[in-house]
Amino acid sequence: MGKRWINRIAVGILWACGLMTVVALGAVILYVFVRGIGQITPEFIFTKPHGVNAEGGIGPTIVATIYVTGLSMLIVTPVAVLAAVYLAEYAVQGRLVNAIRFAADTLASVPSIVMGLFGFAFFVEAMGLGFSVLSGALALSFLMLPIVMRATEEAIRAVPKYIRWGSYGLGASKWQTVSRIVLPAALPRILTGIILAMGRAVGETAVVIFTMGQAIYMPILPTDPGRSMTVHLYTLAMEGINIEAAYGTALLLMIMVLFFNLTARWLAARNRRLQG
Amino acid sequence: MTPVPTALNAPLAELAGKPRFSVRDLDFYYGDFQALTGITIDVRENSVTAFIGPSGCGKSTFLRCLNRMNDLIPGTRIEGTITLDGADIYGPGVDPVDLRRRVGMIFQQPNPFPMSIYDNVAFGPRLHGVTKKAELDEIVEKALVRANLWKEVKDIMGRGGLTLSGGQQQRLCIARVLAVQPDVLLMDEPCSAIDPTSVQKVEDLMAELKSTVTIIIVTHNMQQAARVSDETAFFLQERQGEPAELIEFGRTAEIFTSPHDRRTEDYITGRFG
Amino acid sequence: MTEPLEPRIVPPDAPGPGTPGASVPGRIGGALKMMSRATYIKEAALKNLFLACAIAAVAGVALIFVFTAARGWTVVEDPGLAAFLGGTEWSATLGRFGILPLVTGTFAVTIGALLLGAPLAVGTAIFLSEIASPRMRAIVRPAVEMLAGVPSVVFGFFGLVIVRPFVAEITGGMGFGTLSASLILAIMIVPTIATLTEDALRSVVPGIREASYAMGATTWQTIYKVLLPAAKIGIIDAIILGMGRAIGETMAVVMVAGNAPQFFKGLGAPIATITSQIVIDMSYASGTHRTALFGLAIILFLISMGLVALVRALSRLNARRS
Repeated sequence: MGKRWINRIAVGILWACGLMTVVALGAVILYVFVRGIGQITPEFIFTKPHGVNAEGGIGPTIVATIYVTGLSMLIVTPVAVLAAVYLAEYAVQGRLVNAIRFAADTLASVPSIVMGLFGFAFFVEAMGLGFSVLSGALALSFLMLPIVMRATEEAIRAVPKYIRWGSYGLGASKWQTVSRIVLPAALPRILTGIILAMGRAVGETAVVIFTMGQAIYMPILPTDPGRSMTVHLYTLAMEGINIEAAYGTALLLMIMVLFFNLTARWLAARNRRLQG
Repeated sequence: MTPVPTALNAPLAELAGKPRFSVRDLDFYYGDFQALTGITIDVRENSVTAFIGPSGCGKSTFLRCLNRMNDLIPGTRIEGTITLDGADIYGPGVDPVDLRRRVGMIFQQPNPFPMSIYDNVAFGPRLHGVTKKAELDEIVEKALVRANLWKEVKDIMGRGGLTLSGGQQQRLCIARVLAVQPDVLLMDEPCSAIDPTSVQKVEDLMAELKSTVTIIIVTHNMQQAARVSDETAFFLQERQGEPAELIEFGRTAEIFTSPHDRRTEDYITGRFG
Repeated sequence: MTEPLEPRIVPPDAPGPGTPGASVPGRIGGALKMMSRATYIKEAALKNLFLACAIAAVAGVALIFVFTAARGWTVVEDPGLAAFLGGTEWSATLGRFGILPLVTGTFAVTIGALLLGAPLAVGTAIFLSEIASPRMRAIVRPAVEMLAGVPSVVFGFFGLVIVRPFVAEITGGMGFGTLSASLILAIMIVPTIATLTEDALRSVVPGIREASYAMGATTWQTIYKVLLPAAKIGIIDAIILGMGRAIGETMAVVMVAGNAPQFFKGLGAPIATITSQIVIDMSYASGTHRTALFGLAIILFLISMGLVALVRALSRLNARRS
């Protein structure tokens, strides 16, 4: 076969790969949408499940998901941002920095089931927090830390050097330069990273199932237990009794995740436009 | 072709005044590489001093030594002394942050902060604790007046600094530095990236400022050096990889009409660089 | 918080720390300000605060490892390291906790996922990097990124309602098993492998492509003979990380694998992985059973750490070569 034929076939296969990926995404989204859209009524969103078959809505799970995600971002953001400030502004190349980066990479690669077990043993049992939003948020924070750290560090490094020099040239100290010039300039990118991390946190199951628990409960205090949407979907799917509600839950979950992803994407595009 | 400096036609002002910066035997190293050797020079107060020389020969590096901006680059060190009004700026315990307030710097590429014109100029005073709006307004206005920019921006103070033209941005940066009332202004090729009309405005403001501020300007434009400066220093790196030296330093009129060193003359007459 | 505005006029004979005679008498603003102790302490304190936050990452990893290890440590005694690592039966009721069936389960679904997903992912990456028009790129690349954002439990659910019946048709039986799990895992690891592969392809010097085309090579020849070898290490890294993702995946596997801790009996036979077993058992495990589960967690942790180290070592090797 001539090289042109081989080329055509190969390129065709590569096209097929690209399209297959799109089709896979489309299939998942479409199927969940089509089967789940009928479920989305105000009743579904706002009322709580009751009865053996989990009739009714999934209101408490929505609250639990938002609550635990929000709380974990509140906990992790300051630590991650300051850690990134250290790595980007103060650290000198050396063993300590390498150790920190290795630790961050390792943390990022820990399977979420391990994080869930750890969260259970440490937060729920050892620290006595029990199954609670707080335990879930703390465990999620560990998961989110490397993600936000990396996004923030890249955002800080993206601030041009000569802007900092302008600040130093005016007699600003390092901290004044970082807090008044660098961080505000890096903020849009940092925000994008945080929103992406939130999208990830919303989709987590293994971590929250062992730390926030499975109780169907509307959490008010951080010490209350709760069941996240992901755990609810898992339970419904495994039990197999109320598949319609499962579809509805899956659809709402996807909408939430898509919301975070698209918002992050929009923010990034807007930022690119503004910065020229 | 010998440029005709206007300083030649102007009355030779008596260049009195105590030296502001005194540099003795300065050697500068980027790690193992020596960039400057044996620099010795006195910069007088309330004058404009130009540093000229072929590009890449270390003029900007030397300039950055004068306000310890090189401290921000890892691996750099100096030997020798630099004193400002008699005090060693590299002495132990000296606060480089305050030094940089007193010795301000304008960079080649205008670098206004991504904030409003007002906030750009107010940044410095706010750093140093000025918070009352009335006070800030006054400082900002004065600085913009001194930088020859007030009339052009007084109605658009809320606009972003980056929306101005290149030349206006550079004058904004000058206003920004002036707002902290420096004693010395270091200018690193301030006009090379802006349009000719703005160049004129910047040169005009240098002439006005020098009665209160000591100015040192690095420039590779010899005509400009001849136009604006009272004294000129010529730097040269003899060969690639060797440290740069200060070849000659003296009154601008003399440097440009009757330089003592042959190398200076070669540079001035355009034989190289 | 504002510091008091420091006076510019310094008393002429104010001694600076460690700099005798540094001030010039009588000149306004003459003496250089010494860094005040307060400023020094503040800057140092801030730096240490940031350092502490950065060390939190290290501390976190250490904490996770130590704690999980502490909870799982006693498997060494009971049932004993040999019985644990080498045991061929995992049965809570019989009190036997041998991990081999789970390890083979993980192995089987991971290999399956890689066989199905890696070529698709690399192909997609090549498509994005070399072949797609900007318009196609604007469709496919976001699709890959969004695929990465789909929660694993949704994938599992999709696997349960679509893939399982389909596999049941093919293999007979219920459809829970290695094939279903591999199919779902394959889709899940595509974004991981594809994005990293695309990065690797992009970092190949553009001139290399032009040189190849200039010699009359077709697109495929350029890709096959020039680009892929050049990006080899990056692609291997991508696949290793995809493998890590597949090994650590839990929820999707639980929902389609069947959760029977037995050795591989066919693509359609139920199977259990290390991860799925932990989730299934944890809700009721106690005593030795629970420590065994923590032992499983330690193994997972070590595997993922090992993969990260492998990728880093490979990258260092790559950097040293180029």
